[in-house]
Amino acid sequence: MSVQLRLKDDWFEVCDRAQLQPGRGIAALLPDGRQAALFIDREGRAYAIDNRDPFTGAAVLSRGLLGAAGGRTFVASPLLKQRFDLETGRCLDDDSVTVETHTVRLA
Amino acid sequence: MPTDTPRHSAHDNTIVLVGHGMVGQRFLEAIAARGLTATHRVVVLCEEPRPAYDRVQLTSYFSGRTPDELSLTDPEFIEQHGIELYVGDPAESVDREAKTVTARSGQTFAYDTLVLATGSFPFVPPVPGKDITGCFVYRTIEDLLAIEEYAKTYAKTGAVVGGGLLGLEAAGALRGLGLDTHVVEFAPRLMPVQVDEGGGAALLRTITGMGLTVHTGVGTQEIIGTQGAVSGMKLSDGQELATDLVVFSAGVRPRDQLARDCGLTVGERGGITVDEQCRTSDPAVYAIGECALASDGRVYGLVAPGYEMAETVAGSIAAEESSFTGADLSTKLKLLGVDVASFGDAHGATPDCLDVVYSDSRSGTYKKLVIGAGGELLGGVLVGDAEAYGVLRPLTGSVPPVSPEQLVLPAGAGAPVAIGPSSLPDSAVICSCHNVTKGTIRGAVTEHSCTTVPEVKKCTKAGTGCGSCVKVLGQLVNDELEASGVEVDKGLCGCFGQTRQELYEIVHTLRITSYRQLLDTHGREAARGTEGCETCKPTVGSIIASLAPTIGADGYVLEGEQAALQDTNDHFLANLQKNGSYSVVPRIPGGEITPDKLIVIGEVARDFGLYTKITGGQRIDMFGARVEQLPLIWTRLVDAGFESGHAYGKSLRTVKSCVGQTWCRYGVQDSVRMAIDLELRYRGLRSPHKLKSAVSGCARECAEAQSKDFGVIATSSGWNLYVGGNGGATPRHADLLAQDLSDAELVRLIDRFLMFYIRTADRLERTSTWLERIEGSLDHVRDVVVHDSLGLCDELEALMADHVAHYRDEWSETINDPERLARFVSFVNAPDVPDPTVSFVPERDQIKPDLPLLTIGSRPRDLEGAASR
Repeated sequence: MSVQLRLKDDWFEVCDRAQLQPGRGIAALLPDGRQAALFIDREGRAYAIDNRDPFTGAAVLSRGLLGAAGGRTFVASPLLKQRFDLETGRCLDDDSVTVETHTVRLA
Repeated sequence: MPTDTPRHSAHDNTIVLVGHGMVGQRFLEAIAARGLTATHRVVVLCEEPRPAYDRVQLTSYFSGRTPDELSLTDPEFIEQHGIELYVGDPAESVDREAKTVTARSGQTFAYDTLVLATGSFPFVPPVPGKDITGCFVYRTIEDLLAIEEYAKTYAKTGAVVGGGLLGLEAAGALRGLGLDTHVVEFAPRLMPVQVDEGGGAALLRTITGMGLTVHTGVGTQEIIGTQGAVSGMKLSDGQELATDLVVFSAGVRPRDQLARDCGLTVGERGGITVDEQCRTSDPAVYAIGECALASDGRVYGLVAPGYEMAETVAGSIAAEESSFTGADLSTKLKLLGVDVASFGDAHGATPDCLDVVYSDSRSGTYKKLVIGAGGELLGGVLVGDAEAYGVLRPLTGSVPPVSPEQLVLPAGAGAPVAIGPSSLPDSAVICSCHNVTKGTIRGAVTEHSCTTVPEVKKCTKAGTGCGSCVKVLGQLVNDELEASGVEVDKGLCGCFGQTRQELYEIVHTLRITSYRQLLDTHGREAARGTEGCETCKPTVGSIIASLAPTIGADGYVLEGEQAALQDTNDHFLANLQKNGSYSVVPRIPGGEITPDKLIVIGEVARDFGLYTKITGGQRIDMFGARVEQLPLIWTRLVDAGFESGHAYGKSLRTVKSCVGQTWCRYGVQDSVRMAIDLELRYRGLRSPHKLKSAVSGCARECAEAQSKDFGVIATSSGWNLYVGGNGGATPRHADLLAQDLSDAELVRLIDRFLMFYIRTADRLERTSTWLERIEGSLDHVRDVVVHDSLGLCDELEALMADHVAHYRDEWSETINDPERLARFVSFVNAPDVPDPTVSFVPERDQIKPDLPLLTIGSRPRDLEGAASR
């Protein structure tokens, strides 16, 4: 089974499902040079957001820890610990900040 | 009309205070609190070269308190209240007719009210030779500094004349200076005023066990001098004691000369006679503290009654109804590390009273309660374990809610002592230094919304004197908070209602090796089955890692599910820096490194283009590595014999050392060897926060061990262990835990200390904050790890032995396993492509992160153009 990202009209194959460890993320390089951070939670749901941490500019969100609050799954940036909702990309600690999200599927 | 009004106009009253000791300072605070400093000119004449300091804690100088830290005076307070303080300028004479005081400097001050707080002077018995060089008294910081200087140069042995409270304090000081210490007491037991025969015997055993020599029932007949300096003393039993230094501590006498000279009435045996308002025979003159002979015919040598007199006089100047008719002589002290308390009728002088005694010579514990004919508690003596003092003293005068036997039995022996501060009436005085009742403390919580002990201390002053009531204070505050319905959620995070300590116990007892299992079985209801959070994951990961060999978890922190719990630093075994690159720190135990290994570090840094910097912990940090470079760098380092320095973990960082005895002309022990031994023993130990350590080879302390979580300083006869030190934003000097330890004793004690810390600290709580937070503070930790009061020491040692036996280097385990290496890539779908946003620009012949590049951020970039270094 592979992990795929929706890019425009196509599905972009990133890696094998087994390369994702529940609770942690990995970074993928997209064809246009951008980076995505992919995660899988303990239920097996996959998520993908932009890898860039908007607070520091570093491409590190894939290295954050997953958590849950009020039924929503988030990742906490490993640099300054701001949390981002993995489905909406909204920062839970600063309403004015959002990161881009990607549609992801396991196929 | 002048427009610029001076602070004190001419018709203002003037208060002159003679003496700025603890009681004098308290008087100033008391008049300031009543607004009298705004309406009066206040002049203070202080004989000592420094303003008021905490004389009671003088001996704490030897556990690292500086004279400045002992100060009780805040310069801002003096300035804010317009107090004229003359330091080093004692009052020489008083002219009561003209109402003036003349100071040594020649200045004369007119007074409307004169307050004498001249204190007392140490009594030196009139024995021949008492003035020979090498004879001292022990009362002021200057005395202490003089003893220290003399002892360092001339003395190996010291003798204290007097085995009372102050004598034992002085003996503690001599012992702190490393002298072979003798105590000579005329009475048949130590502390004859405070404790009875049984208590004295328990005290004697414990103090002798510490290596002090005690001579009771003998007097000092003569001080013997050789070439003008002390060389020994002759005792009344004919014995001659060789000693290089003598400290007289045979009691104090009131300093009433100034009063005598101006014709005030003084007592037959000294002391300025005062009435219930502390007024002397001249209504314009008051006397307070140790120089006063109170209306009950006693001279009080304790600070609490002195404070009460200060309040009385301040009240009386402010035209309040106030009086001092006598005070309770209850005391709780720690002398030479032994708890001693006496309260109420400690000697059983009340007719028809009965005793209840518990005595255990093995542990040096002695407890006696004096019970009246009607079953009421009259007083008592506690030696070795004075835990119950805080509750027993306020119960004095009433019939205790449980039988007296239950009050003296140790916890766990038979029926437990189920008496807490909740059983006390509101009128019970909890803090006797500041005369604060339980009702006032409850009021601070219910009416002034205090929710913590520090807030209550600030609000009521309770617990800011001798500190013996702080524990009871904590219990009262919690009881009150609970009673008023404030739910104190002590849970670790939104997922767990338990504290870190409770989770540690659960993991340990149930041998839970999986975070998910712990969350699903012990998490809050709503959190079970969820992802958990970024707070509890690393915390539980750390607990599992600390206990790994004991509970049967994998010792490798990145094994299986554990890998998903670690913060990014632990996940990549390196320190994340601001642009997403990592830094690498190999272990250099004790800071000792061969030239060959130094060259390897230089070559690796050069070949990978890393920025290098020497750290504060005597290691070398290499910055600017991308994730995919980490295994390559470490392959080279491991080949050269390096291992992980754990700079990324909440774990032991470094054990710094000075060069020690081997090279340094001052060194007294091999500090480098000890630092290496300690670093290798505790390497890789996961803990609630990082751990830093250092070993100094002599008291000059070049390794700065007193700013470390555990610091070791060499003495001529072993090692002193300091704990709870910290640098950083909230610096804290470490506390002395134990002295003159052998190598084996030192290691065993550190084993216990660290494991007790790991077991009981909160998440991200350094030893310094932990030590100040936990109930009983340093004393409690010492009881547990030195005296084994909880019977835990065997288990703590076994846990550490497990850790030491199962330690493996994380980096060599990683580079030898292809599966583990798979994570070290920037991109899962392009393992050979480096992260283009990690780039560098030159600075001072090295590199620094290219930060402007990061601000460009997610703009699509041309890969080839960016992937450069």
